[in-house]
Amino acid sequence: MTSPTDCIVFKDAAIKRGDRLIWQHGSFAIPTGSVTAIVGTNGTGKTTMMKAELGLLPLACGSLTVLGKPAGEMNRRIGYVPQSYVANVDSNLTAEQSVLLGLTGTRFGIHLVSKAERAKALEAMEFTGIADKARYRLSELSGGLRQRVAIAQALVSDPKLLMLDEPLANLDLASQRATVHVLARLNKELGMTIQVVAHDLNMLLPVLTGAVYLLDGHPHYADMRQVLDSDLLTHLYGTQVQVVTTPQGDMFVTPTADEPADQPHDMHTIEEVARMHRHAR
Amino acid sequence: MSDIDFSYDPEWLSTLSAPFMTNAFLAGLCIALAAGVMGYFTIARRSTFAAHALAHIGLPGATGAVLLGLPVSLGMGVFALGGALVIGALGKRVSEREIATGTVLAFATGLGLFFARLSSSASQQMQSILFGSILTITTDQIIGFAVFDVLLLALLAVIYRPLLFSSLDEQVAQAKGVPIGLMNVAFMAIMAGVITIAVPAVGTLLIFALVITPAATANILAGSPFKAMVIASVLCLLSIWLGLVLAAMFPAPPSFIIVTLSTLFWAIARAIASLKSR
Repeated sequence: MTSPTDCIVFKDAAIKRGDRLIWQHGSFAIPTGSVTAIVGTNGTGKTTMMKAELGLLPLACGSLTVLGKPAGEMNRRIGYVPQSYVANVDSNLTAEQSVLLGLTGTRFGIHLVSKAERAKALEAMEFTGIADKARYRLSELSGGLRQRVAIAQALVSDPKLLMLDEPLANLDLASQRATVHVLARLNKELGMTIQVVAHDLNMLLPVLTGAVYLLDGHPHYADMRQVLDSDLLTHLYGTQVQVVTTPQGDMFVTPTADEPADQPHDMHTIEEVARMHRHAR
Repeated sequence: MSDIDFSYDPEWLSTLSAPFMTNAFLAGLCIALAAGVMGYFTIARRSTFAAHALAHIGLPGATGAVLLGLPVSLGMGVFALGGALVIGALGKRVSEREIATGTVLAFATGLGLFFARLSSSASQQMQSILFGSILTITTDQIIGFAVFDVLLLALLAVIYRPLLFSSLDEQVAQAKGVPIGLMNVAFMAIMAGVITIAVPAVGTLLIFALVITPAATANILAGSPFKAMVIASVLCLLSIWLGLVLAAMFPAPPSFIIVTLSTLFWAIARAIASLKSR
């Protein structure tokens, strides 16, 4: 089932942290050029999945191939934007210096920054719309702008795959829109494969082509049309979810006011389902 | 109560030309270079409290060394390095765990006092370890400082960018292949060295104002890491050298004047920055 057009391939992959099984039986392929969301409730192992794809966490069993090589070997061609861009809130580095580190940060020894590298950094900042903020310190920028600095830093080394962990969390609506717009352009204009860990899919729906959903202790991959199913989403989020089609496109909503408090949901803890649930081989 | 004499000493120029003063100025130069450069990284890595704690962890080493008849700097260095390696091996996040660090800091200070009380010579040296004695620095010590500076600059030239990258965002740096564990240990080990050479100047208690404060001032004044390091070194040097001159003119301990100047520079920079941002 592996084809050369697949960007990320999981084969019977499982992840443990300590003795705790996070998820197992992950067998799917994410096509090159797709925009995928990793979805699931808190603690189902979304960030863990991204770390496994970067080779930062070992698999308990199975295999994981990214850009044609075992996970971790092609990280030069992967741009990674962790959720921690919030942590740079008091950094004195300028936006430009931060982006340049994406090119030069792994080099030992004395190197002066070349003109070509500066041009590359400027190009990346222009793409994410922060070129005018190049000389600002990170501590002077808003969360949304720092986020776009982090994306520019990931872009500057010409990645084939871009991974973002919760890129829309803690951003206001306008900043969320700007970020999604940048992602859409990266995918359409540069053909970049993009993977996003996300809680709230609504803002991303126009650009998503598929989703990895972590459900019952397994990761599954599905085309976006199949994911937008009320029953699946209700199961996935552990709360009543409806898919509504508006003139702007599909949306899914979580009604709260009309939901009876005692209504039973089809829910299990992760440990429970990972133990109970077995796939027929 | 005896009268406190704050009178100006007209003989200050001849005091400045004494050999021990030459040593103090040279020591100041070595300390300023190391402190300015490492102060920047300490702030960038949010490890200022860990750096402060290292000086205190070195205290029982220093008083213990006196007890055993060994050089103070040796005991200080060994204890600070030991503490640094433990904190470094536990990861960057640990330096942010202030409760554990603070507890160890307090315990180490107590242990330092205990060792000092075990011998009269250690007891006599306690004050100079706590508050510094830049006027008693020997030529041998200065040679040691200079060798340390050369090693520090050589090592930093090699690891500069990966260290900066891992200071900005450890997760991204790790994903890109920077050995973040090694960076942590290297940073903390260098920090232990900087503290060991800076303690003779201002002592374990006042070290924050000499190593961290000039770098904090430089961060207000300059945006680029390299410029900030140069400015931090210059400010640190100014604090020490002006401190020595003023201490020769007026009867006040050099440590006090040095940290006062360092704090003053910082306060002025902050005041100007907040006026500008209005």
